[in-house]
Amino acid sequence: MTRQHIKILIVDDEPNILMSLEFLMKKEGYRVFIARDGEEAFDIIRSEVPDVVLLDIMMPKVNGYEVCTFIKTSPMYQHIKVVFMSSKSREIDLQKGYELGADLYIPKPFSTRDMVSKVNALATSTL
Amino acid sequence: MSSLWIITLSLIYLLVLFGIANWAERRAVAHRSIVNNPYVYALSLAVYCTAWTFYGSVGRAAESGPDFLSVYIGPTFLIPLWWVIFRKIIRICKVQRITSIADFISARYGKNRALGGIVTLVCLLGIVPYISIQLKAITISFSILSGHQPLATQSFWSDQSFYIALALIIFTILFGTRKLEANERHEGLVAAIAFESLIKLFTFIAVGLFVTFGLFNGFTDIFSRAAEVPDLQKLFVLPQEQTGSWFWHCLLAAIAILFLPRQFQLTVVENTNENHLRKAQWLFPLYLLIINIFVLPIALSGKLIFGNDTIPSDTYLLALPLHFKQQGLAFLTYLGGFSAATSMIIVECTALTVMFTNNLLMPVLVGRPSWQKGLGSSGGSFVLNARRLFIGVIILLAYLYYKNVSDKYSLVSVGMVSFAAVAQFAPAALGGIFWKKANLVGAMGGILAGSTVWLYTLIIPSMVSNGFISTDFLTYGPAHISWLRPEALFGLESMDNLSHGVFWSLFFNLIFYVCGSLHFGQSALEHNQAALFVDIFKYDTSYERSVAWRGKALITDIVTLMSKFFGKTRAERALTLYARRNKLSLQTKYADPMLVNYAEKMLSGAIGAASARIVVASVAKEERITVDEVIDILKTSQELKTVNEELTRKSRELEALTHQLKQANDKLRVSEQQKDDFLSTVTHEIRTPLTSIRALSEIIHDNPDMELSQQQHFLTTIIKESDRLTRLVNQVLDLERYETGRYQLSKETFSIQTLISESINSIEQLAKEKEIIIKTSYQGSLGNIYSDYDRLMQVLINLLSNAIKFCPSQNGLIEVLAKVENGILLISVKDNGPGISPELQALIFDKFYQAESKHNRKAKGSGLGLAISKKIIELCKGDIQVQSTLGEGAVFTFQIPTMMS
Repeated sequence: MTRQHIKILIVDDEPNILMSLEFLMKKEGYRVFIARDGEEAFDIIRSEVPDVVLLDIMMPKVNGYEVCTFIKTSPMYQHIKVVFMSSKSREIDLQKGYELGADLYIPKPFSTRDMVSKVNALATSTL
Repeated sequence: MSSLWIITLSLIYLLVLFGIANWAERRAVAHRSIVNNPYVYALSLAVYCTAWTFYGSVGRAAESGPDFLSVYIGPTFLIPLWWVIFRKIIRICKVQRITSIADFISARYGKNRALGGIVTLVCLLGIVPYISIQLKAITISFSILSGHQPLATQSFWSDQSFYIALALIIFTILFGTRKLEANERHEGLVAAIAFESLIKLFTFIAVGLFVTFGLFNGFTDIFSRAAEVPDLQKLFVLPQEQTGSWFWHCLLAAIAILFLPRQFQLTVVENTNENHLRKAQWLFPLYLLIINIFVLPIALSGKLIFGNDTIPSDTYLLALPLHFKQQGLAFLTYLGGFSAATSMIIVECTALTVMFTNNLLMPVLVGRPSWQKGLGSSGGSFVLNARRLFIGVIILLAYLYYKNVSDKYSLVSVGMVSFAAVAQFAPAALGGIFWKKANLVGAMGGILAGSTVWLYTLIIPSMVSNGFISTDFLTYGPAHISWLRPEALFGLESMDNLSHGVFWSLFFNLIFYVCGSLHFGQSALEHNQAALFVDIFKYDTSYERSVAWRGKALITDIVTLMSKFFGKTRAERALTLYARRNKLSLQTKYADPMLVNYAEKMLSGAIGAASARIVVASVAKEERITVDEVIDILKTSQELKTVNEELTRKSRELEALTHQLKQANDKLRVSEQQKDDFLSTVTHEIRTPLTSIRALSEIIHDNPDMELSQQQHFLTTIIKESDRLTRLVNQVLDLERYETGRYQLSKETFSIQTLISESINSIEQLAKEKEIIIKTSYQGSLGNIYSDYDRLMQVLINLLSNAIKFCPSQNGLIEVLAKVENGILLISVKDNGPGISPELQALIFDKFYQAESKHNRKAKGSGLGLAISKKIIELCKGDIQVQSTLGEGAVFTFQIPTMMS
């Protein structure tokens, strides 16, 4: 399996962040899907069953916590790796994220190199 | 009618009365009192109308015309003052458990035994003749109805009035002395009396109607026929020489009704609610009016029909129906008169016996320690038995008086002499509640002097006419001293006998009362009582605390004492209840002064104030208290009350303050929470563009080989995001300045129209891009405004760009309306967007409301625009609101004054 077979879903309501991450992940060779809010994310999770989800928390309609809970409590999807990325960066915010079952929590703003290497490591573990 | 029938029916009537009394008492026990009612109260006061009213008024009217009315007019004139006088007396009696007029006067003047005794004796002297005329009325009406004339000479064994007296004794004992009450209230008695008042009224009216409309053709007929008889013409007017005595008779009745033992019993002692007085104040005079309507018609009819027959005018009421063979009506009349007499006798005897035991008998007996020891626990039944015995004594005395004296007088004249006796209490009693300096010496002197003169001027003449004293005494005076003639004292001859007696007795009474009070001092207890009586409404709550009692009494002694009169269980229950209510301990050796005082009060109700004082003193070692100390105690208790009120006020203030503090705290917590939310939102809003900027710059940095166009796009985004960041920082700072009030408006005068058109200009491009039409409409000429141009423009632009943001992509329409009214500029901006739900309308002016409302599509912007606009409008002393219905767009409106001071 190559990275071509690994699906990454990026969920964020900020178009510019979405744009940067899409660029970065495509460059790494993953199959990239994007969603602008939680509802779009649900659709893609059901249709594509991604391997990794990069998930913003504060979004309109359905927020990141709900998406993460949906993934981690569903037998069909709970294998999906979830990476929270949020400007909520206090200790309790991180704790809450991990309690919901997230595999990684990356505070915003993040270093793109850091983000890429962490996602790569996580994605490799799914192989 | 046969005597047997009359006796049987009379007994049945008495049984009915007894049934009513029983029923009322059962209701009282069940706390469903029928007596606690202003109408029953007012009816019971009509005990004032005795047989003398019933039969005597007609007699008096037949002899001397409207003269009889003085007895009713006097009280009616004074009745407006009852609220002042009786409310005070009622309150005093309730607070001190006073149960009779003798007790009242004795209590006011230092709970003096002698004074209470004197008042009781005067009452006895005055009232026994009065009771005797009731006996006379019953006897006469009985004999007329039965047609059986009493024989001229007979032993009392064959005298029907003797048996009537015996029946009355039994009946009164059954009614008035059922049990010993600490408050001496008899609900059953009151109910029966009220019922009898109704019977009196109905029967009198029945005869009145029969005579006026049955025998004659109405009032006019009677009066016009009477006017034709020369003898009767004089009955229509008051004789010239009588106008002076009218004044005295009215005054006498007005005073007597206050202090007649039976009136005092029903008005004061049996009163359940002070406010009943208010209704009684007009119901009672109304009763008097109604019962007197037919007096003159009946009197005149009697005269017209019987002419100058031997039929006494006092009996017209019975003689008229009998003459026309109306047996039933005659019996009804008899029943009315019987009611009038029995109600008077029952209440009067009850009141007199209470006075007798509480003010004469008990003070003498309880003064002897040996008697108290021998009493054991039967004090209560001893008192009751004494009362029963005394009822017998009173009625027998009245019988004897009737047989020997009052048989020779008309009903009315005997009644008036009784009135004059009780009128002697007026100075001491009325002075006692309004004049603090009034004292024992004055009261005693006044009552003694007044009653002596009463005896001399009103009783001696009656004894002369009965042959007990030689007529020389009247004609020449004692030992031929002509200015001492009983009917022309000091040469005063122009008045009638009664007015003369009333005038001199009250004159001497007042002289002694005032001079004695001014010349002598008061004892400590008297001083205390004087203050309590005069300022009862000030002291009634603190009375128990303010009593001048400083002594040591063993609790066990107090309990034993109370048990003697109320029984062990009742005494213990009362004391325990009182102790619990006032947080006193009964486990101590010595009783708390308050408890001692309570015991005394309870006992006063049963055996009178003076006796209670003596028995309590017998178990308590009292230390002498000086007047100064009493005043101190009173002052302290008054001060305590003030301090207490002050404390209550303070604690109420403190409570309010705590509440305010709690509110402020809640507010602070909310604002703390808001500050937290604000900070986390600001952080989020700053980090988001920062994240984009950093990510995009790193990408450009790490990918020198990327496409130029993409690089350009990323760089433009970086610049835009930097702008966004700058704008956000500026807005946060702005908001902070507005919120803390550090921002100073820079005011200038400018055209409102310019403000609006400039604002629209600056967003025109945006609107054009979305093909939105902006309409403006101005009502009237807008003129200039003196305000902050830049800030108002900021608000308008914010509202306009919001409107643009939410307008639909097609057919977007924005309407701007402006008008000036009463110096207020109103501008509204309306869009045809999706509208705002009601719950969000409340939040929309909050900071970062967008961030909070995750379920709405997030529009571009910091979420601070409306918050800032609101602050600016507030700084301009204005007001901004939103109105919106979902699906129908939103209207933002603000008003600001055109001239800002």
